[in-house]
Amino acid sequence: MHSDRAGWGLKIAAFGGLLFLHLPILLIFLYAFTTEQRTYQFPPPGLTTQWFGVAWNREDIWPPMVLSLQVAAISTVLAMILGTLVAGAMARTRFFGREQISLLIILPIALPGVITGMSLRSAFAIMEIPFSVWTIVLGHATFCIVIVYNNAVARMRRLSGGIMEASADLGANTFQSFRYVLLPNLGSALLAGGMLAFALSFDEVIVTTFTAGQQSTLPIWMLNELVRPRQRPVTNVVAIVVFVVTFVPILLAYYLTRGGSETAGAGK
Amino acid sequence: MSATLATRGLGDKLTGLFWRKPNLLLMLLLMPPLIWLGLVYLGSLAALLVQSFYSIDEFSGVVVPEFTLRTYGELFRAQNMDIILRTLMMSASVTIGCAVLAFPIAYFAARYARGPWKAAFYLGVMLPLWSSYLVKIYAWKLILAKEGIIGWAAGATGTTPILEAVLSIPGIGGNSLSTSFLGTWMVFVYVWLPYMILPMQASLERVPQSMLEASADLGASRAQTFRTVVLPLALPGVIAGSIFTFSLTMGDYIIPQIVGTSARFIGLAVYQLQGTAGNIPLAAAFAVVPIVIMVIYLMLAKRAGAFDAL
Repeated sequence: MHSDRAGWGLKIAAFGGLLFLHLPILLIFLYAFTTEQRTYQFPPPGLTTQWFGVAWNREDIWPPMVLSLQVAAISTVLAMILGTLVAGAMARTRFFGREQISLLIILPIALPGVITGMSLRSAFAIMEIPFSVWTIVLGHATFCIVIVYNNAVARMRRLSGGIMEASADLGANTFQSFRYVLLPNLGSALLAGGMLAFALSFDEVIVTTFTAGQQSTLPIWMLNELVRPRQRPVTNVVAIVVFVVTFVPILLAYYLTRGGSETAGAGK
Repeated sequence: MSATLATRGLGDKLTGLFWRKPNLLLMLLLMPPLIWLGLVYLGSLAALLVQSFYSIDEFSGVVVPEFTLRTYGELFRAQNMDIILRTLMMSASVTIGCAVLAFPIAYFAARYARGPWKAAFYLGVMLPLWSSYLVKIYAWKLILAKEGIIGWAAGATGTTPILEAVLSIPGIGGNSLSTSFLGTWMVFVYVWLPYMILPMQASLERVPQSMLEASADLGASRAQTFRTVVLPLALPGVIAGSIFTFSLTMGDYIIPQIVGTSARFIGLAVYQLQGTAGNIPLAAAFAVVPIVIMVIYLMLAKRAGAFDAL
């Protein structure tokens, strides 16, 4: 059937588009090995692995790294708790205000980050809250809730409602049913949601610049290097680290939830 | 009988209570997230609105916490209107660029990709969507730099004059791609492209095969089928995608800061006003602009049925 074959033009445009999405990132890896540190000369005049050692010994990289990991870890835990709770409420029951709540959960990620950031900044200014790790966490947890929620609610909808009833019939109370029936079934979806939330938080820069004050997370460190470059290949090494720390959880999340109608990540 | 029942602990008593009053459990589940979102998020949005009605004392630079519309009035100054119009133009052109590039990918993935290719296309769009935002921008800084890969490729293929000609176009050109509007536009299109592909693909996947066959049976050529059947049915997806690309471009301030001219966009204005300038009221008023524009945009999109494609 000739109508079921894609034309060459379409094929080239589609695969060309996919390449366009992926090739730029490879350059980050190439430039981490260049011997040229003042310009972005292509092709690199020579290759070296010295920048990995230089980056390791740079003292200004470690504190932002630690801060980013801290913030991402705390935000992920908070988002997992809050996201699971709201998913539990929204999965099966219909109640007044349900639509409004689902809008409220999506809003922090649907509105541009600059609005979320500026809103938090305004609130801190009015209430005279000093910047700290917790002001960053406040912002991150808020937009991570939706990620965990999306994953958890999709899995809950797919689960048969009968298993909770069966558990209750067999004498389990609500908490036992949650612990021994719901949680094991929900596990991989929650893990996937948590990993995506971690990746999102670790990499976030727009909201963070408004809520961090003088503190520096790894993305903020990178942003400063992009605006005022020093040792350019070192920035590339850090970029690779950021890339890997976000990339690995995303791939894992995909494999944890693939095959379902709920594949993780469709709703960033 | 009672001897065979285990002693009832607190958990069992609560279970009984939840059974009798199902709304109680619902309330308890919803309480923490709603307090968080209501307090932190809605509270902050309210703070933003409040701040935007404050003003700044021009001599002392101190925020005057009294209701005034003066700060909003400042938005209508020529330089601020320039920023708003420039941002809108950029958002519109980025949206068009994304739609054009996304369509073949979404169309191929929805109609022709099968089995492992389908998964490959899905991952191929998903990974760039989720991978680090700053790393993607950095990659483009490397690409667009004067001594970077595009300049090198142009030199190697002898197309440098073409590149120079493009860069000399007034308005969008510049010294090099990384200091021109064209460069800013390219990075925006690249970074937001996956957000356009996904809803487009979702709506294309819902176009029934039987309709395409019916169209062919009725004598339409492939081009006619595409124009009169596929495109109208895919339109909600395009609009849904455009919500993301438009909104994200409008709020972004990192990309124009790193790649492009030093001309300001709304996001950058907000950032600089709250930071170095210390003018939080005007920054807040600027941040309200994208909210208003997006509300209008969403209402129009809703009319066009875009929400069914999400």
